[in-house]
Amino acid sequence: MTDRTLPSEAPRILRCGATALLVELGSLEAVIALRLHLDASPIDGVVEMVSAFRTLLVRYDSVVVTEQRLRELLSQTVPVAESVGKPSADIVEIPVIYDGEDLESVATSTGLGVAGVIREHTGQVWTSAFCGFSPGFSYLVAPSRRLEVARRTNSRTLVPAGSVGLAAGFSGVYPRSSPGGWQLIGRTEVSMWSLNRLPPALAPAGTLVRFVDAGQ
Amino acid sequence: MPELRVLRVGLFASIQDRGRFGYSDMGLGSAGYADRGSAALANRMVGNPAGAAVVEVALGGFEIEATGAVILAVTGAMCDVTISGPDGRYSRGSAVLEVISLNASQRLQLGAPSRGLRNYIAVRGGIAVQPVLGSRSWDTLAKLGPEPLTAGAVLPVGTDAVSWPIVDAVAPPLTDDAPPRLDILRGPRDDWFTADSLDLLVGQDYVVTPDSDRVGMRLDAAVPLRRSIEEEPPSEGVETGSLQVPREGFPVLFLADHPVTGGYPVIAVLSPASVDRAAQLRPGDLVRFGLVGG
Repeated sequence: MTDRTLPSEAPRILRCGATALLVELGSLEAVIALRLHLDASPIDGVVEMVSAFRTLLVRYDSVVVTEQRLRELLSQTVPVAESVGKPSADIVEIPVIYDGEDLESVATSTGLGVAGVIREHTGQVWTSAFCGFSPGFSYLVAPSRRLEVARRTNSRTLVPAGSVGLAAGFSGVYPRSSPGGWQLIGRTEVSMWSLNRLPPALAPAGTLVRFVDAGQ
Repeated sequence: MPELRVLRVGLFASIQDRGRFGYSDMGLGSAGYADRGSAALANRMVGNPAGAAVVEVALGGFEIEATGAVILAVTGAMCDVTISGPDGRYSRGSAVLEVISLNASQRLQLGAPSRGLRNYIAVRGGIAVQPVLGSRSWDTLAKLGPEPLTAGAVLPVGTDAVSWPIVDAVAPPLTDDAPPRLDILRGPRDDWFTADSLDLLVGQDYVVTPDSDRVGMRLDAAVPLRRSIEEEPPSEGVETGSLQVPREGFPVLFLADHPVTGGYPVIAVLSPASVDRAAQLRPGDLVRFGLVGG
């Protein structure tokens, strides 16, 4: 073990029926590290993986690999958490008009002021940690924790498509209008999901994203 | 090549195949046949590969007309199957689980099922509509795929058959009137519930509520399941067949169109064969769960 290995104990591996195992890790960084490792060194019989906040769901074909054998292989995988996200060349830019309904309250609760919130949001590179909730909805993370705000206590019944929000250390853009509980700080015309391009998602897991202030 | 023209749709009908895989990183689920066993059987009966595109019909009331000679099979729920001539005049009766030959201008009608929910209609050669992101499945949650069927839709028949039918009919499964038993494997989050919860889950009848569709089935029972942990878990990937339990304590069973991640703890997951059985349950049906897998 080098001095850059994860400090935690072996991850819990939980059974999800006859078709998947859920690997529970201590942090999002650990999930991303494990996922990158398994992408680079695939286990025969693993058919799909779903990353999330603290877990990696590993779906498998029991004809190719048994649950027992897959547990062993996953337990033996101790990837090094180097950084969040792949060293990718392309950064997707998302222009944002910063006029969200919750911008003022986020400015106050973070102590940054409106200009400070915009500076934090646009001043760092975000990484798509995983998608979920709806097609094209990427959970974006960034190195700084200064924009970490709680979800709204009351969800909105309708958040318009293109709304840019913050919650629980993540930023995200709503691909279509839906109910939602994130703090809305702005909006974008860019579509997070479109069948007119391949891949249809703008920021699948692993994509680097930068927000740009589109002005008033 | 012949086509199938849709003359009538009852409650709902869509095209489904094995599903759309590899897009969970974009938040897109797999969709596909709700009752995979019945769909695969229909395909095998007509000589298709098991994963070919078929029509999935909910609660019958469906009618198509062939524009050329075709071979079909209907599986799934028990319903009347009737064949008519071009003028709609009754020609002959058929049945679920029979291999059916239609000539040009003949029509096939499915009545409302007396038991079960979904029928699968396979045509030899497959249904050759344009795939979307690699699959011909309609995803009712993402609203993606070949459009759901309406009267007037024209379905091209493909050339994907791998063999010819080798039987005329398949024996129907034995059934009785007892609530079907659905096999479940405990976890991943059974430890989020009180110690008696698994006993409760297998010890009472659950009823299928009308709040049920291809995304999931809401179940009701006499006694709710109680959490041993107060806060909500962070969202995580979920499997088809998961019994996800919201605050109120009554499970939602995730079916083919379930979202990629879920925010409530999953107490147990159905075996794949039990998922297929569950996909045939109608509102008002009772079920019992049985623990397997140790």
